[in-house]
Parts: sequence; structure tokens; C-alpha cells
Amino acid sequence: MSIDLSRRNFLRGAAAGAVTAVAAPVAEATPFGPREPKQLPPKAVGMLYDSTLCVGCKACVSACKQANGMPVEQPAHLAAWGEGTWDMAEDISGHTLNVIRVYQNGTMEQKDREKDGYAFVKRHCLHCVDPSCISVCPVSAMRKDPETGIVSHNPDACIGCRYCVYGCPFNVPQYQFDETFGQIAKCQFCNHLQKQGKLPACCDVCPTGASLFGLVTDLQAEAERRLAAKPGEMYTFARGKLGGDRPSHEAPLGEYQPHLYGEKESGGTQVRYLTGVPHEKLGLPALPDHSFAAVSEGMQHTLYKGMIAPLALLGGLVFLARRGVKSHHDEDPSS
Amino acid sequence: MSALAHRPLGGRILTKPVFILGFFVLLGAYFIARRFIFGLGDVSHMSNGYPLGVWVAIDVVVGTAFGCGGYAMALLIYIFNRNTYHPLMRPALLGGVFGYTLAGLAVMIDLGRYWNAFNLLMPWYAQLNSVIFEVALCVMAYTTVLWIEFWPVFLERMPPAFKQRFNLEKFQAFLKRYMFVFIGLGVLLPTMHQSSLGSVLLVMGSKLSPLWYTAWLPLLFLISALTMGYSVVLLESTLVSRAFRLPSESALLTPLSRIVAGLLALFLLIRFGALLAGGHLNLVFAGDRLSSLFLIETALFLAPLFILASPGGRGSQRWRFLAAVSLLAGGSLYRINAYLMAVDPGNGWVYFPSAPELMITVGVVCLEIMLYLFFIKTLPILHGSANQSHGRLL
Repeated sequence: MSIDLSRRNFLRGAAAGAVTAVAAPVAEATPFGPREPKQLPPKAVGMLYDSTLCVGCKACVSACKQANGMPVEQPAHLAAWGEGTWDMAEDISGHTLNVIRVYQNGTMEQKDREKDGYAFVKRHCLHCVDPSCISVCPVSAMRKDPETGIVSHNPDACIGCRYCVYGCPFNVPQYQFDETFGQIAKCQFCNHLQKQGKLPACCDVCPTGASLFGLVTDLQAEAERRLAAKPGEMYTFARGKLGGDRPSHEAPLGEYQPHLYGEKESGGTQVRYLTGVPHEKLGLPALPDHSFAAVSEGMQHTLYKGMIAPLALLGGLVFLARRGVKSHHDEDPSS
Repeated sequence: MSALAHRPLGGRILTKPVFILGFFVLLGAYFIARRFIFGLGDVSHMSNGYPLGVWVAIDVVVGTAFGCGGYAMALLIYIFNRNTYHPLMRPALLGGVFGYTLAGLAVMIDLGRYWNAFNLLMPWYAQLNSVIFEVALCVMAYTTVLWIEFWPVFLERMPPAFKQRFNLEKFQAFLKRYMFVFIGLGVLLPTMHQSSLGSVLLVMGSKLSPLWYTAWLPLLFLISALTMGYSVVLLESTLVSRAFRLPSESALLTPLSRIVAGLLALFLLIRFGALLAGGHLNLVFAGDRLSSLFLIETALFLAPLFILASPGGRGSQRWRFLAAVSLLAGGSLYRINAYLMAVDPGNGWVYFPSAPELMITVGVVCLEIMLYLFFIKTLPILHGSANQSHGRLL
């Protein structure tokens, strides 16, 4: 069909007219509401990552690999440079559960400045309050601990459909595409170490307390304190665990962006990011305050509540099919 | 002249087209073997930014829509009681049998931990909030139902002695008596999982372009499955009647085309209505890659709508054929866009399928066509008179 300009205008006009006619009912008749938002577990543990404290030493990456038995990774284009001794993972992957990435702009003169500056950011699982990976998983391979809120993965249940990878708003779960028998890899907040009373490896080794472990409620209060204080003021920073027994250190407070990332994103998470550079620049995506898992489950729960609608529909269909088959039998003996 | 009835077409099985199809099937099989020996990354360009590739988007999401011919016709014939369409039922059903069975095969190739696939059926692993769980169970159940609906075709062809030996007459009577239950299921299950293929994307949120993301995704996917199902029937009956010189089904296909036009109009109204309501209509003419994709899709939907809405268009075999092709192209593009091309995971991820990855998809499609040809030649599926000339094209 050839569509000339006047015809296209006509079509556009006609379409617009028709669209206006249905738009109102479509807008009003939203097919469903989202499911109730989930709440932070009472003893939720989490992490406060302060980008202004991070010196980019990547001790956390190395410690994470050791704690979780992950191999050294070298991208092909860097292989000749590191000669197999250094870990040079560029992003989290099937073999790297956390990573430090760097933001660079212009002359990179000053740390934590958006223009002509640079900044570090850590990538790993944020342990959402209402995780999409759990919502999409067909075989309950992803689970959220009801006490600590840690989102863990069970490879024995996992079928490898990778919808957790597809649906995660932060692109955290990673499938091992390079393995014959690959599995999903993701940060599980070192829950095997936590069970022994130890800290998650990344927080344990962080020399400046940029990765700080603690109860989410405590970390939230600490982050708010830092945001409320005056930039440049001397401040006492905890190391390892907030309220732990490790020696703290004093340093001038960074100039933070006013947004505490992770508090409300995607229905809230158990990780908080304080950054000097806007979070979008650091690969932390702008997200609404609700989890899309709640949207998807709202739809499913509306349609399939108690399986009443499908069963009623089945009853009607079987009844009609029976009538149909009966009336057809005289004409055609086959089904 | 003898009466019209379901008959095997007969003719040679190993024709030239079958050898060509067979070549691609073998090529696909080679890459499938590599996938299982060396892993998914060896043959595909899927990544952790785009963890789903063409196997899901084409073989499953588009493939099952092509397989919806049986669903769409069963709805019309048995639920809306339009028995006149009955001659179209078996070929449509056969398309469904292969569309779904081979989508299942594609899933088994695609699953990263396929040896755990049976966990889907273990109640203690069930995750009732998961849309994919529902889709998986529904598709498995529907594939079974399709084969059960198709069983009478096999039974008709079996020699009486064989049937007697295994007491199959009784089975045949049982199937016939309770077929209405399977027909009911055969309409319910696709209604559920085809709409759910839209619900799957609700969790994508801001990763999916607002031109595709709407709360109405489930309904849009359901309507697109129906229109594509009917289009497959239009296409199939035209192709088969021409290739095998069977009587044209024009008397049936013309009124069927009206139904397709109506569904298509509904689809476009909901789609544009949702865009307008969400305030995203400006993106349609943004002039970027996504708006182009959207406009191509819309053109591919509008063309069949105009053809099939006009009496002249739907009355002509050629226009009807073109409308069906355009609609299937539009519907396929809609699904591929929604699952892949309109998805942006951010952080600079890109995806384009690798050649081996595509060859697996091509191989699966070729296997489907090959089996379809084999089945219509050997089993009573198509309608025709006994003294028809044998197939010559395929």
C-alpha cells in the first residue's frame, strides 16, 4: 500500500479521532492495581556505600572473589597486560559478584565532581525489599530471608531460564554463558560468612569504610546524618560494621548529592548509596518508588485470584464446546 | 464426484524442498550439539544485558502465536458454534501441534540448566507469583491437549487389525465422547498463556520502552495471538489449496477475514488509546529507532486492516493472502520488539543474534515445515475429493 502525504494526514487524523474516543475509558479502566508494597524485614541487614570515601583499591573485589571461590577474570583486550595475575573484571559477571567502576569526565582533576572529575561506584546486588528476581522465578530458586532480607539463590532449583537477569532493574543476576553447565551468579551478601558471625567480605576489608555493613535502619540514620552535616566538616567514619568495634577514622565530609540512592528505588532496597556525582552518571538507573514486581503480581492476582476466573471460564468453555461438538456430529463424525 | 472429506494427500515424501529443509535442520542440529557441549555462549550472542535472545523471542513468543491457528479456529468452531469453518480445523490444529511442540524444544535448548527443568512440576518448587511459571505449565498442558485433540487423526489411519490388537477402538470412542473437555481446555489454556506472555513484560518496567510498555500488554498479546492464529489459517489454506490444487476455501475465508479486521481494529484502538492515556504519543513521531520500529509495526497492522475491512479486499484471494502476510509480519515484529528490540537494559548493552544462534532458529522452523508436509501427505488432515490430482509443488 502506498500512502501519500495527504492520505497519511487523513489516517493520522482518523486515528487520532478514534484514539480520543477510547482513550478516556482506557485511562479510567486501568485493568488492575499493583499488589501491596512489601515491607523491610525487621532485622534487615544491608550496606552503606559512600562513593566519596571509596579510593578505588578494589580490595573488596579481591576479597569477594576469595570468599566466594570466584576466579580471576581478564577481558580479552586486557589479557596481554595483566599476564593472568591481576583481576580486571570490568563489570559484574557470571564470575564476578562485585566490582568497582570508575566515572571519568574531562580532565578528571577532582574526585567526586561531575565535570572534569572522577568518581568510584560499587556494583553488586542491592537486596531489594520487593525483588523482581524472586517474583519472576518459576521454581523459587531466588529467596529472600524473612529475617535478614538477604536475597539468595539456589542453583539446585534453578532451571536457567534467566528471567531474573531479564527482570532485575539493576541488572544484577548474571548467568555463566561461557560454561557448559552454567549457573546464576549473584551477591548473596556473604551469608555463609554472616552465619559464622563474620562480616561480608567486601565490608570486612574496606580500608576507609566506604562499604559499611549494618542494620538497614541504622545505616539509613547514618546516611541521613552525613547528608545533614556540612560538607568539608571533619566527620568520624566507622569501618567494617556500623556500631562495631573497629577503629574509626576522621576525614572531611564529602559534598553529597541530596539523593540517598537505594532508599526508595524500586520499592526500596537494603543498600544505600551516597555519591558526589549524580547516580545516573554512575550507572545507577533512575527508578520509580514502587517495584515492578508489585505491578506484575497485581495483574496476576487480579486475573487468577483463587483460580476462580479461569475455572469459571473453563466451565463455560467446556459447556459450549460440548454443545458445539454435539451439533457438529451429525455433519462430520471426526472431532 | 465423491464427497469432500479429510484425506491424506499422498505423493512422494522425499521431494527436493524436503531435502533443502533437511539441510537446514541438520545445520541447526550441529549448532544445537555445540550448545550442549560448549554452553550457551559458544553459539549465541546472548549476554547478561540481553539474557533472552531469538530462541525465546522468535521460537517461543512468535512461534506459539503462529501455532494459535488451532486455538483461534477452535474458539470459532466450537465455542461460537460456526461449524461451517470445520474443514479448516485440522490443518490449523496441526500447525498448533508443531508450533507448540517445537517451541518446547526451543525452550529446552535455551534453558541454562535444562537438567533441572522437571523442577517446574515439583510442587515444593512452585512459585505461584511467577508469570513464567504459569506460562510454562500452561504451555506444557496445552501441548499435551493439542496432541490429544490430534489423536483421532492417527487413529483413523491405523489398520483395523492393529486397532483391535491394542483395543484402540475403545480409546477412540472415549476420545470422541470426552473431546469437548479437551476442546474447552484447548481454548482456556492459550487464552491464559498468550495473555501471560504480555504479563511477563510488566516486570520490565522502565527497561521496556513506553511505546510497548502498558498495563494492557496481556490483552494486546491475547488479541495479537488470535489475529495471528487466524492469519495462519488464511495463509495456510491459500498456500495449500494452490500448491495441491485443492478446492479454494474462499467461501469460508471471506467471512473469517471480517473477524480478523474487527480484532485488528480493537488491537490498534487499545494500543493507541493506552499511548494517549499514558501521554507517550509524542514518542511515536520522535524519529528515533524505536519510533521507526513502532511505525513499521503500525503500517503492517493498518494495511491488513484496510484490506480486510473492505469487501473487495477480503473477497480476493490475493489481497487476503497479502493481508495475512502483512499481519503476521506486524504481529511478529510487535512480539520481537516487545521482548528484545524495545528493551534497553542500559549500560551500553547491545544484542544482535549470532549466525549459529539464528541457524538454530531456522533449523527449528524448517523441521516444523518438514513435519507439516510429511503429516499432510500421510494423514487425513486436509479436505479434498478422492479424485484430486496429487501434489506437485512440494
